[in-house]
Amino acid sequence: MIKIENLVKLFGSKRAVDDVSFTVGKGEVLGFLGPNGAGKSTTMRMITGFIPPDSGSIRIGEFDMLTDPIRAKQTLGYLPENAPLYTDMTVYGFLNFAAELRGLRGAERKKAVQSAVETCFLESVIHQNVDTLSKGFRHRACLAQSILHDPEYLILDEPTDGLDPNQKHEVRSLIRNMGKRKAIIFSTHILEEVLEVCTRTIIIDRGAIVANGSPAQLKAMHPDFGSVLITVRNVPEADLREKLKTLPTAAQIETVKNKEEAVTLRVYPKDKKSSGLSVQVAELAIQSGWRFDELHTDDGRLDEVFRAITLPDTVKKSKKEGPVITVNV
Amino acid sequence: MNLAVRNIYTIAKRELGAYFTSPVAYVFIVIFLILAGVFTFPLSDFFARNEASLNAFFFWHCWLYLFLVPAVGMRLWSEERRLGTIELLLTMPVTGWQAIVGKFLASWLFLGLALALTFPMLITVNYLGNPDNGVIFCGYLGSFLMAGAYLAVSCLTSAITRSQVVSFILSVVLCLALVMAGWPPLNDMLSQWFSSGVINAIASISVMTHFSQFQRGIVDSADIVFFLGLIFFCLFTTGVVIRSYRAG
Repeated sequence: MIKIENLVKLFGSKRAVDDVSFTVGKGEVLGFLGPNGAGKSTTMRMITGFIPPDSGSIRIGEFDMLTDPIRAKQTLGYLPENAPLYTDMTVYGFLNFAAELRGLRGAERKKAVQSAVETCFLESVIHQNVDTLSKGFRHRACLAQSILHDPEYLILDEPTDGLDPNQKHEVRSLIRNMGKRKAIIFSTHILEEVLEVCTRTIIIDRGAIVANGSPAQLKAMHPDFGSVLITVRNVPEADLREKLKTLPTAAQIETVKNKEEAVTLRVYPKDKKSSGLSVQVAELAIQSGWRFDELHTDDGRLDEVFRAITLPDTVKKSKKEGPVITVNV
Repeated sequence: MNLAVRNIYTIAKRELGAYFTSPVAYVFIVIFLILAGVFTFPLSDFFARNEASLNAFFFWHCWLYLFLVPAVGMRLWSEERRLGTIELLLTMPVTGWQAIVGKFLASWLFLGLALALTFPMLITVNYLGNPDNGVIFCGYLGSFLMAGAYLAVSCLTSAITRSQVVSFILSVVLCLALVMAGWPPLNDMLSQWFSSGVINAIASISVMTHFSQFQRGIVDSADIVFFLGLIFFCLFTTGVVIRSYRAG
């Protein structure tokens, strides 16, 4: 388990990381979200022992990163931001170097390098010099380095940055598979990635955690979560509203679109947690003989939740952008 | 093998490999050998001296190293910082000093190799006359130690910046100060204003003063301690610089 408590990092007078605490257990994939400059990389650099925190504690399994860094680092794999590599080495040379520093020797090292190369699809460039590689290959070479020693804990800073869609898909499924046995923290800008890979998500903004929960929980913070959208043809809007109002679980009704013969309405439930509203709307539509094109329950949108949480207050007020979302951390 | 030794060995091996996979190593060695030859033979009138010694050869080393050693050492840490690999290296299970020592030893070994390749000089004087090979060996030992001291200074300046050029210039300036402190013309000038005690104190921090002992064939423990102490001090300071860089 990775356990971070009250982590603080100051750069000058700026609190880059401000009292961040969380834990990640084995079998968990924690998505670390946040706008640029929110403190994601700084937090990860502290967890991996690259920069010391100003205060707080970092425990990697049974080892404390601050008092026993070598043993803590042995159990960690780390992919730094922008995947740095020694450009004067071949991929094979680089991986062997990393494996040796990880304490792997002889046949054990060969096997580790071989399996990391296979996992990260590097066979075709293994004897190529690093500075001749494309960005995707560089990224995967650095990723291979982080999993060489089959670490219990993995910290990946933007592991899919610069990859093409196919490679992104591969890396995501790799993370998901490894996440079954390991504790993984990875940062990303890509929200769909979070939904696809993470078991839990933390959103960090201006150094502090502003949301912490499963992707589904975060999506549920959206004001439209649980509302039912229905598009009906050839029925006047007023009639539709009239009938829908009679539903016992329906709260307010909003018009989304009223164009030509099709009317789209959004029906909000009285209680967000109950899920019966869509069935009731469907039954009502059938009873009333409405011809409906569309009927579905909105399960919230992570990007809007993200925007609402991380936009500076001043921007929110002046632009009136995004839904108003209240956050309980 | 002890874990620390193994880590130092692994890092040094990579660093040494990095010299030889780029043309830097070969260019450096060729330039070093040509300059050493030019300084020794035409510039110092090696043959006209009619001496069976390598004084003419060693005399120039503190000036020769002034530019060549910073060229070798300038990339040690600045390159790590520029590429971001410092983050990779220092999040591996190695300590900061293992990385510093490993990188330093690799470069020192490289300089030692370049110095060893001047062996034709040794053969020449032995062919032409009967030199005191003990004195020559002392000269080589002193030269190697002096190269190490210059290199440690370069190691320190390369940790300060991510630019190799800045690192090189800083290193040349610092090394120049280390030479000049013992340069007789400067000392003569300073003697107009300062007492001989002060002059001696200034001269004693000069690599020139300590190296000249070796050239005469004298291995004084004080001189060895000076060079090793200077190396230790610079590497220790490198560690402090890197730690403060990490701390932000």
